[in-house]
Amino acid sequence: MKTIVGLEIHVQLSTATKLFCGCSTDYRDDEPNTHCCPVCLGLPGALPRINRKAVDYGLKVAKALDMKVPEESEFARKNYFYPDLPKAYQITQYDKPLAVEGTVEIEDDEGHEKIVRITRVHLEEDPGRLVHVAGGSKYSLVDYNRSGIPLLEIVTEPDMRSPQEARRFLNKLRTILEYLGVFDGDREGGLRVDANISLEGSERVEVKNISSYKGVEKALTFEVTRQKNLLRRGQKVTRETRHFMEGRGITTSARSKEEEHDYRYFPEPDLRPLRVADRVAAIDLPELPVARKNRFMAQYGISLNHARTLTGDPKLADFYERVASVDPVLAATWVADTLLGELNYRDMNIAAVPAERIVELLALLKSKTITDTAGVQVLREMLDACAAGKPCEPPAVIVEREGLARATGDEFTQVVQKVVAANPQAVEDYRAGKKGALNFLVGQVMKETRGRADPRELGRIVSEYIDTGGV
Amino acid sequence: MAGILEFSPEDRDNAFITTCSTAPFTDGALAGTAVAVKDNISTAGIQTTCGSKILEGYVPPYDAYVVELLRQAGAAIVGKTNMDEFGMGTTTETSAFGPTKNPVDPERVPGGSSGGSAAAVAAGLVPMALGTDTGGSIRCPAAFCGIVGLKPTYGRVSRYGLIAYANSLEQIGPMARTVEDVSRLMSVIARYDPRDSTMLDRPYDHRPSADIKGLRIGIPEEYFGEGVDPRVGETVRDAIGALEGLGAETVPVSIPGMRHALAAYYVICTSEASSNLARFDGVRYGPAVDIRKSWHEAYQDLRQEMFGTEVRRRIMLGTFALSAGYAGRYYAKAQVARRNIREDFKRAFCDADVIAGPTMPTVAFRLGEKTDPLSMYLSDILTVPANLAGIPSISVPCGKVDGLPVGLQIMGRQFEDERVVDAAFAYEQEVRA
Ligand SMILES: [Zn+2]
Repeated sequence: MKTIVGLEIHVQLSTATKLFCGCSTDYRDDEPNTHCCPVCLGLPGALPRINRKAVDYGLKVAKALDMKVPEESEFARKNYFYPDLPKAYQITQYDKPLAVEGTVEIEDDEGHEKIVRITRVHLEEDPGRLVHVAGGSKYSLVDYNRSGIPLLEIVTEPDMRSPQEARRFLNKLRTILEYLGVFDGDREGGLRVDANISLEGSERVEVKNISSYKGVEKALTFEVTRQKNLLRRGQKVTRETRHFMEGRGITTSARSKEEEHDYRYFPEPDLRPLRVADRVAAIDLPELPVARKNRFMAQYGISLNHARTLTGDPKLADFYERVASVDPVLAATWVADTLLGELNYRDMNIAAVPAERIVELLALLKSKTITDTAGVQVLREMLDACAAGKPCEPPAVIVEREGLARATGDEFTQVVQKVVAANPQAVEDYRAGKKGALNFLVGQVMKETRGRADPRELGRIVSEYIDTGGV
Repeated sequence: MAGILEFSPEDRDNAFITTCSTAPFTDGALAGTAVAVKDNISTAGIQTTCGSKILEGYVPPYDAYVVELLRQAGAAIVGKTNMDEFGMGTTTETSAFGPTKNPVDPERVPGGSSGGSAAAVAAGLVPMALGTDTGGSIRCPAAFCGIVGLKPTYGRVSRYGLIAYANSLEQIGPMARTVEDVSRLMSVIARYDPRDSTMLDRPYDHRPSADIKGLRIGIPEEYFGEGVDPRVGETVRDAIGALEGLGAETVPVSIPGMRHALAAYYVICTSEASSNLARFDGVRYGPAVDIRKSWHEAYQDLRQEMFGTEVRRRIMLGTFALSAGYAGRYYAKAQVARRNIREDFKRAFCDADVIAGPTMPTVAFRLGEKTDPLSMYLSDILTVPANLAGIPSISVPCGKVDGLPVGLQIMGRQFEDERVVDAAFAYEQEVRA
């Protein structure tokens, strides 16, 4: 049974001001209703004035997705009553969107490249936000700080075949948006999704209200199971709208009334049509993920996997380029594998890491002043300091203080002697041809030197030492 | 010469909804001049009701741009004038604050919807006032009360702060006893405002000139046909004759699209109104809704109670005209009819520099005379074409029938407000001499 998924994505564009007024969009830490004016409060008599930057951001996306841009684009009113909608209509776009017919390339579940078609993108204003007072109050509060934030709605064709594909599509789209600098991925609620899902031959269900892109896969997986179970039991899937309950990971039926809306669209009389064809021609696109991935492989000689990981986030890719000079391949391994893992573990952002410290660390590794194991230890110390808001010491200082420099010469020989002497049974086993015995001995040396020796080198040295009859 | 103007008029005709007993003013072109403002134009700190119960007590936190300009020019804003509720009417009888009477004859309506502004000027309470014109709402009361009123070209005066009734049709405009004062007030308010995206940067800086030699005046047959009181038509023809005496020539023109003008007008204005007025839901305007009810029910009950009959009728009409399955038959067709009328005027303005006819088909009605909404709508037939076409149009008094004023309407090409002012000025100077 084929699964068919189409998405409608609402992206908050990262312009400094709102779509139709000069109010600032950065309200995250501020009191409710402090980023408002007559326009975004929908006061009688106030008039919208288009934010050109938002139009250009939308057109940038259109160009990056290889879309057709018409001569003229127009705003329309979508009329409906809701307490968070101050004018009782939303200014959006209807039959003349910014752009139509684009594509995004993703990998399907078998790892092959496939195309997801984009139906259209259009601009619209975000409504306010209802704040429900705790304790079962009879009223709700409205916060208009969000009212008028520019949204780009991106609608796909039903081209995805599994919840996993939908997730990969969203990751890809997000990366493109971040590359274009039109979207702040760290902003809560910055990306909201409505998903259409059906099983082939069955009715379509719309899941609304998915406020994180990680929730999309969860919601769709739940729906696939729910719909398959219905059909297995001989029941039918009803065409309906369902809401995703993020916390419980389930979808619930919305009242069918919502589907009976007649929005009575008509052209917004307070705004003139936008001449968009000329504007899109003047837009220069930055290097996009695919191009950057290919360049990374060619320029730095790194693997496809590393290139893909590093270019998956423009900030990470920028970071890599700042630290690649010491040794591009070494840097790729350390950034894509080690650093990224340590950041995820700490829930830290790459922006918090000082690149010059990583350059210094890579230099210590390249010159073999420290081992990989010691390198990880130094990195952890630096990240812990950053996370705690403390100054990040140079790696050389940490190495010095913690005595992490690679063990050499006499010190090294002494440790090997000590370990071999203390473990006669293991030495016996090694001589008897048991591979595990050597690993055990090496491990003991590592432990004694706290990682300041290279395990591969150590294996050679320990076996040589025993073989040449050091004992 | 900044100061404070004391204002305590004897408002016999119920021209004002709100008066300001002390109105501050500053230096400027209108220093110390008392100006009344229609009550659908936002005034910071002064209640702005649109003639509706639902906005009673609403005090805007900001000034409309025209009000800002008035204050800068030194005008003293002395009050807010009565109007048909949200501008929906031709008589000022639909106001929730009672009808305004015509100062010329208190048994008669002043016209509408800017009836309060016209009456305040005609009664001599103020020398000038601001009105708004969506389908004749400045020109009709100007004609009925015997004063001058100009509906500017669409896009010449900022609508920022004008509480919308029908955005694509309406303009704020000046009303006064003389063309010269109308022109003076126009010079103050016609300034570019980037907050109104439908504006063009075409400020009005003009002193009226009475020299109209060679002016070609188009006479549309449709303005003298069925439904127009022959005595009104006669009075207006005489006035046009006076203009010919000043060296103007007349040419016959035709606006065949007028057949559909009223239908198109009422579909467009009610459609836009149904959307504009939806925000008045009792959450932020009007008395608090009953929170024991579901919010849909609470909205519905409050709107039923707080809006007058005519407003509810137009909201229903507009909602219907935009509904799925009907929008194509009504809203879309009205836009076609509107384009046709624009084309008609464009063509007529190849042969004529201005177009003249009566402002209203009759003189002022008796209070309570028009009870049937349709016959009321029909009286807008001569004024709505200028709104549909977005062209400037002035009404200037040109005599009386049965002792009641008649208005001569002069329309011009887009952004040729100066020319219609000059033609009206020439006529006014001629009859005054
Ligand atoms: Zn704002």
